[in-house]
Amino acid sequence: MIETERLPSAEIDSNWATSAAAQERLRQRRRADTRLWLLGLGAVAVAMGLLLILLGSIVSASRTAWTQTSIRLDVTIPADAIDPENAARARYGTFVDDALLGLFPDIETPEEQRLMRSMISNGAQFFIRDQVVADPDLIGQTFSAWVPAADRIDQLHKGVVNRDLPPNRRNVTDSQIDTYDRLVEQDRVRSTFNWTLFTAADSRFPELAGLKGALWGSFYLLLVCFLISFPTGIAAAIYLEEFAPKNRFTDFIEVNINNLAAVPSIVFGLLGLAVFLQVFGLPRSAPLVGGMVLSLMTLPTIIIATRAALKQVPPSIREAALGVGASKQQTVTHHVLPVAMPGILTGTIIGLAQALGETAPLLLIGMNAFITAAPDSMLSPSTALPTQIFIWFDSPERGFVARTSAAIIVLLGFMIIMNATAVFLRQRFQTKW
Amino acid sequence: MTQSLVIPTLIVLSVIGFYLGRQRANALRDASANGGLATLPQYYGYYVALIAGLPAFVIFVAGVLLQGSFVDWLLLSSVPAEMTTDITAAERNLLLSSIKNAARGTTFGTPPPEILEAAQNFAIYQSIVRYALIAAVLAAAVAGLTWARSRINPAFRARHQVEGIVFALMVLASLVAIVTTLGILVSLIYEAWRFFERVPVAEFLFGLNWEPQIAIREDQVAGLGSFGAVPVFWGTIVVSVCAMFVAVPIGLMAAIYTAEYAAQPVRATIKPILEILAGIPTIVYGFFAVITVSPFLRDLAAAIGIDMAPTAAIVAGGVMGIMLIPFISSFADDALNAVPQSLRDGSAALGATKSETIRQVLLPAALPGIMGGVLLALSRAIGETMIVVMAAGLTANLTLNPLEGVTTTTVQIVTLLIGDTEFDSPKTLAAFGLGLVLFLSTLLLNILAIGIVKKYREQYD
Repeated sequence: MIETERLPSAEIDSNWATSAAAQERLRQRRRADTRLWLLGLGAVAVAMGLLLILLGSIVSASRTAWTQTSIRLDVTIPADAIDPENAARARYGTFVDDALLGLFPDIETPEEQRLMRSMISNGAQFFIRDQVVADPDLIGQTFSAWVPAADRIDQLHKGVVNRDLPPNRRNVTDSQIDTYDRLVEQDRVRSTFNWTLFTAADSRFPELAGLKGALWGSFYLLLVCFLISFPTGIAAAIYLEEFAPKNRFTDFIEVNINNLAAVPSIVFGLLGLAVFLQVFGLPRSAPLVGGMVLSLMTLPTIIIATRAALKQVPPSIREAALGVGASKQQTVTHHVLPVAMPGILTGTIIGLAQALGETAPLLLIGMNAFITAAPDSMLSPSTALPTQIFIWFDSPERGFVARTSAAIIVLLGFMIIMNATAVFLRQRFQTKW
Repeated sequence: MTQSLVIPTLIVLSVIGFYLGRQRANALRDASANGGLATLPQYYGYYVALIAGLPAFVIFVAGVLLQGSFVDWLLLSSVPAEMTTDITAAERNLLLSSIKNAARGTTFGTPPPEILEAAQNFAIYQSIVRYALIAAVLAAAVAGLTWARSRINPAFRARHQVEGIVFALMVLASLVAIVTTLGILVSLIYEAWRFFERVPVAEFLFGLNWEPQIAIREDQVAGLGSFGAVPVFWGTIVVSVCAMFVAVPIGLMAAIYTAEYAAQPVRATIKPILEILAGIPTIVYGFFAVITVSPFLRDLAAAIGIDMAPTAAIVAGGVMGIMLIPFISSFADDALNAVPQSLRDGSAALGATKSETIRQVLLPAALPGIMGGVLLALSRAIGETMIVVMAAGLTANLTLNPLEGVTTTTVQIVTLLIGDTEFDSPKTLAAFGLGLVLFLSTLLLNILAIGIVKKYREQYD
C-alpha cells in the first residue's frame, strides 16, 4: 500500500528499508500482487472452463442423435393388393404389419401385437412405399428392407433406456424388450448414420424428424437479410463517412445507429409483428418477413463495420483520385470501396452469422410453427435453425433431447464456418497502410 | 408469370436500358461534328438503367406490401353490406379468414352462401391484383426506359443526374436507422396505447398481481388486478442482478489479467477465445441452462439441504452471466488500455507494485469506461430473451430469493404473443405495454452508457 501519512522523524530508522518490519511489509505487498495475478488468471480459467463445459455438455448430449436404429423386415407386396400404375396408393401399413407379425407367429394377443407394432416407426410404411415406387418389379415379391425403429426402441438400442429399471419407470414394456432381444438374435437390428437428420423436414416422431426445412428456412432468411442490409448498410456508411456534413442531423443518425445496435432483439420482433404482419398483412412464418426483421438488426453491424473499413483507407488515395479529375463518387466507387471491400465483407459475414443464431424475433413472427415440408419460396411458411432447436427443445419425446443438441451443433458448425471465412478474408485481403 | 420473376425481369430490363443508352450516346458522339458528349458514354447507360429500374422497383415493393390489404378490402366490399357494418376488427378478421378457408376448401360443414360467393371472388381478386401489379411494374420500367433514352443528347449531363440519384439513395439508406427507431417507437406506443385504454397505466406500472392468462376467457372482462406488472419487472431485475454477480467479477478480473499481466501472445490467444462466448447464440445458452446447469445446481442445493425450484432465477441469471463475461471484459480491457502509459510509469516510479498500480491508479482512471460496459451489459441482460424463455419460470413471483422461480418481461412478451395472436385482446396488447417499458429502459441504459464511455474517452485524447 502506498502510505501517505508522515512518520515522526524520530521513528525513521537509518536502515528503514532493511528492517524486519519493512521486509515483512514488502512480502505482504508482493503477496497481494500475486493474489491479484492469480485472481485474474483464475477468472480467465473459469471463463474458458465454462466455455468447455458448455460445448462439452452439448456434444455429449448429442451423442445418440447421430445414429439411427433400423430393423430389417421381410416385406411381401402381394400383386393383387396394388395397382402398378398407381403404386404409391396402396395400404403399405398393412404390409409392414404383416411382415413384422410374421416374424413372431407366437405373439398372438392383440395387446402384444399392438405393442410390437409400436416398436417400428410410424413412417416405416413410407420407406417401403418409396422403394416400391422406385422399383415396381418388387410388386408380387418378398424383399428385405431396413425401416427405422420407433424412438423408444432406438433409445433402448443406444442404451439410453435402462432395462433394469422397474417397468413403470421406463417407456418400453418387458414384452417389447423381449421382442427386441429376439430381433437382435436374428441379426435384424442395426445402427447407421442418421441421414434423416439432414434429408427430412420436421416431424412429430423423433426418428423421422430432420433439419431440411430449417436449413432451407435459414438460407432464405439470410438471403433476404443480405439482399436488404448489405446494399443499404454500405450506402448509409458511405454517405456518413465520405459525404455527410458534420452537423446535428448526422450526429442524430449516428446516435440512432449505435442505439439500434443495442436494442433487445425481441423489440425487433415486436416491430415485425406490429408493422410487417399487422399493417402490411404479410403472411406469418414467412422467411421474407423474418429476413426483413433480421436485416434491420444486422444493418447497424454492417454500417459500423463499413465505416471502420472506410476509415482505414488512407486519404492519399482519395486525394490522388480527386487530383486526376475524378468526381467524388467516382473516387469512392472506383478507388476507396475496392480497397475497403475485405473489411466490409468481414463485417457483413459476422453480422449474418449473428443473424443466423437469432431466435427471439423469429418466435414473434411465427417461425416456430410445426411445418413438415421445406419452404419452396420466401413466402411459404417455414422454420429456421434456431427456432427448430426451440421446437425440438419443447417436445416431450426422449429422442428430441439428443436431436436438439445435434441441431445446435449443426448451427454452431455453420457459425464457425462463417466466422472462419470472415477471419480468412481479413487476413488474406486486408492491406496494412 | 409469377411475382418472383418480376425482379429478374427488372434487372434484365435495366441491363438492356444500360446498353441502349450507351449505344445511343456513342452513336451521337460519332455523329456530332464538334466533339463529343458532356460525360462519358457509360453514364448515359447508367442513367437509362436507373430510370428504367428504380421507379418500377419501388412500385413493385409497395405493391407486394399492400396487395394483401387491398384484396381484403375488395373482399369486404364484395360481401353484403350488413355483414361488414359495425363489426370489430376481430370479427372482420374472422370473416376474412373464413372466406379464405372456404376458398382453400378447408371448412367444417357448409359455410353460408355469402361466404361461398366471396370465396369464389377471392381467387379472382387475387389474380387480378397480382397481374395488375405485374403489368404496372413492367409498364413503369418500359416507360422509364423509353423516356430516359429519349432525353439523351450530347449536351445532357448524365453523370450529374446519375450521381444525384445515387446520392439521394445513400441519404435514404442512412435514414433507415431513424425510420427503424421511429417505427419501433410508434408501433410500440400505438399498441401500448390501445392496451392502456383497457387497463389503466397506474394499474400496469404499480399493480402487484400479474395473471394475464385469465383475461382471455370470454366470460371474464379483463380483470383489472391481473395486469400489474411489478412482479414481472421485479423478476427481470432479480435475474439481471444474478447475471451481473457472475459477469462483473469474472469479466473484470479477466480484463485486468489480459490488459496488465498477460504477455502479448497470451493476450492474443485469450481474447478471441473469450469472444467465442459472446458469439454463441442465446438459444444454446438456454439449452445449456436447462440440461446442465439446472440439474447441477439442484443437486448441489439438495446436497446442502436447500430447496431449489428448477426454474430458479439463479439458473437463468447465472448462465446469462456467462454470456456477458466477454462483454464486460472487452469493455474493461479497452478502458484499461486507454489509460495513458505515463500513469503506470509514474506509479511504478513511486515504488508501487503492479497490483497497487492497478487498484489505486488504473481502476479509478478506467472506472467510467468500465461502468459504461457494465451498464451496456445490464441492458443486454434485461433484454435477453431465449435464456429466460427456456430456463426461467412463467408465473410471476414477487420474491428476493434467487432460488425461487421468477418470470421476466421478455418471457411474458414471448408467452403472450407465441402462437396465433388476436390483436384485440388485452392479453396480446399487454405484450406491447411490456415491450414499450423494455425498449425505454434499455434505451435509457444505452444512452447513459454510451454517454459515459464517450465522455471518458475524450479526457485523454
